[in-house]
Amino acid sequence: MAEQNKATNAAEQPLARSAYEDFFFEETAMLDEWRLDDWLALFTEESVYEVPRAGAPDNADSAEDLFYISDNYFRLGHRVKRMLDKAAHAEWPRSVQSHLISNVRITGSDEQGVHVTCRFITKRAKNDVTDTYAGHHNYILKTIDGKLKIMSKRTFLASDSLRDQGKVTIIL
Amino acid sequence: MPDTMVTQNKTGDSPMVVDDRQNGLFKVHRKTFLDDEILHMEREKIFNRCWLFLGHASELPNPNDFLTRNVGGKELIFNRDRKGEFHAFLNTCPHRGAMVERQESGNSIAFKCFYHGWAFNNNGNYATRHQKGTYPENFNHDGCANLVSVKLEQYRDFFFVNYDDGANSLDSYLGDSKMILDLIDQHGPNGMEVVGGAQKYSIRSNWKLLMENSYDGYHALDTHETYFKYLTDAIGGPAEMPKITNVMDLGNGHASIEGDAPWGRPVAKWIPAWGDKAKTEVEEIKREVVSRVGAEQANRICQLGRNTGIFPNLVINDIMAITIRTFYPVEAGEMNVTAWALGVKGETREFRKRRLDNFLEFLGPGGFATPDDVEALESAYRGYAAYKLAPWNDISRGMSRAEGEPFKADDEEQMRCFWREWNRRMGGE
Repeated sequence: MAEQNKATNAAEQPLARSAYEDFFFEETAMLDEWRLDDWLALFTEESVYEVPRAGAPDNADSAEDLFYISDNYFRLGHRVKRMLDKAAHAEWPRSVQSHLISNVRITGSDEQGVHVTCRFITKRAKNDVTDTYAGHHNYILKTIDGKLKIMSKRTFLASDSLRDQGKVTIIL
Repeated sequence: MPDTMVTQNKTGDSPMVVDDRQNGLFKVHRKTFLDDEILHMEREKIFNRCWLFLGHASELPNPNDFLTRNVGGKELIFNRDRKGEFHAFLNTCPHRGAMVERQESGNSIAFKCFYHGWAFNNNGNYATRHQKGTYPENFNHDGCANLVSVKLEQYRDFFFVNYDDGANSLDSYLGDSKMILDLIDQHGPNGMEVVGGAQKYSIRSNWKLLMENSYDGYHALDTHETYFKYLTDAIGGPAEMPKITNVMDLGNGHASIEGDAPWGRPVAKWIPAWGDKAKTEVEEIKREVVSRVGAEQANRICQLGRNTGIFPNLVINDIMAITIRTFYPVEAGEMNVTAWALGVKGETREFRKRRLDNFLEFLGPGGFATPDDVEALESAYRGYAAYKLAPWNDISRGMSRAEGEPFKADDEEQMRCFWREWNRRMGGE
């Protein structure tokens, strides 16, 4: 039994860094262009998308700490559906966004997938106000049927509050 | 009380609030949200005189624990001394004013100013040794070198401060709103605790609009349409708003709305999405509550939910989760909001996760509802720029109900409770 687990739980083999960079550039294009259904399709049904509160450590736990966002696939699907709905007043008329990704690093791999981290700056403009979100993403990515899929995406804000931005109504 | 009460604005001749009971009309002047002189008056007559929420006892579980917090525009230290006694001090050195504690929280037997090194025991007493002759022999005989204490009182585990030496007791200030704090405290057999930090965000609008919004039962379906769509899917049936609701005037400007809402409550209302195992557990929790507080109180705790506003700016939403929320004006058109989650002490990890999920999926800056409230409040504020041409907000809904007919949560009586107290404090002297 133990041996069988070992066999099925083999660590995911990392790809070249450029493969992850290309993936992130494509993901950010989907977000900038509001192609949110395409973006949702990057996730597996077991995946999570989380934004702990500003200043939280990388090991923050959504069962013990108050987050801004802690979505399983079901709620993530509804988040996308909501953002595309005219009744999501905070994003209608929708904001203008620009997502930048940098400092891409492969930090490890295990049976869940390859751990990749990068830094981001996202600009969001609405009602003549432009907000800036900065921080880092921690991804776990896996190649499934020849395509990279997101197993987990955690977004950490490099700030100690949302006093500037007020809210997180977009995908960072 | 007269049939019509009109408060003249000291800055001009237009009234701020019109309470016309004879004709069932209640109006608030939009200048109230914009005018810097009104904001200045609010700081003097409201934030410097009312009891303001400081923190919850669970945030300082041990002797020497402290936290720092801005309350009503003033930097405070909320702490426990070596003996475990609770204190509130102004977080400013009596020497030249720098903050004597700059961390958000911690455990410390003393505070030391980084500017010139003045030190204080955690009961606030000056504790610096100087060479003989530096200061007069009787230096600090009047306490001028101690940290300045702030009037601090508690009801159950809720601590409040008051900057007015002449203020009435917290007990009399809270009036009937104590009943709401009792209900909150009785969710668990061992009391409640603040869970996992705070959400701190801002809204580009006037602070009073968030107070109104926090117990406004009239906006829910329109503003939060997307949340109810999600909820319908999550609970596996139509998410309908409660048919029977109560409005409670709790006195002194405090008010609450109560009803039976469609979402699940960790204590203790099950929804199918939680699965059969949770159903058994929820029923067990409910049995415990019934045996402890009786069937009637248990029904209010487990089945019903409440949005409560304690004047001037403490909101307790006991709905799909429990929030404590305060907010202060930075300027007339901007407020800083701080929201905490309260949970039952000792609840399982699974239930804690459920509670926090419930919290963030509706409430808070990344939820499916709060950002839309924020959009509404900011949008209203932009509309107020035209206040000279469109001067009035209407808060009359349900005011003409027949004598004895109770107000419903989608009436606006709870807001009129707030505005009458606001009006009294702003113009009553």
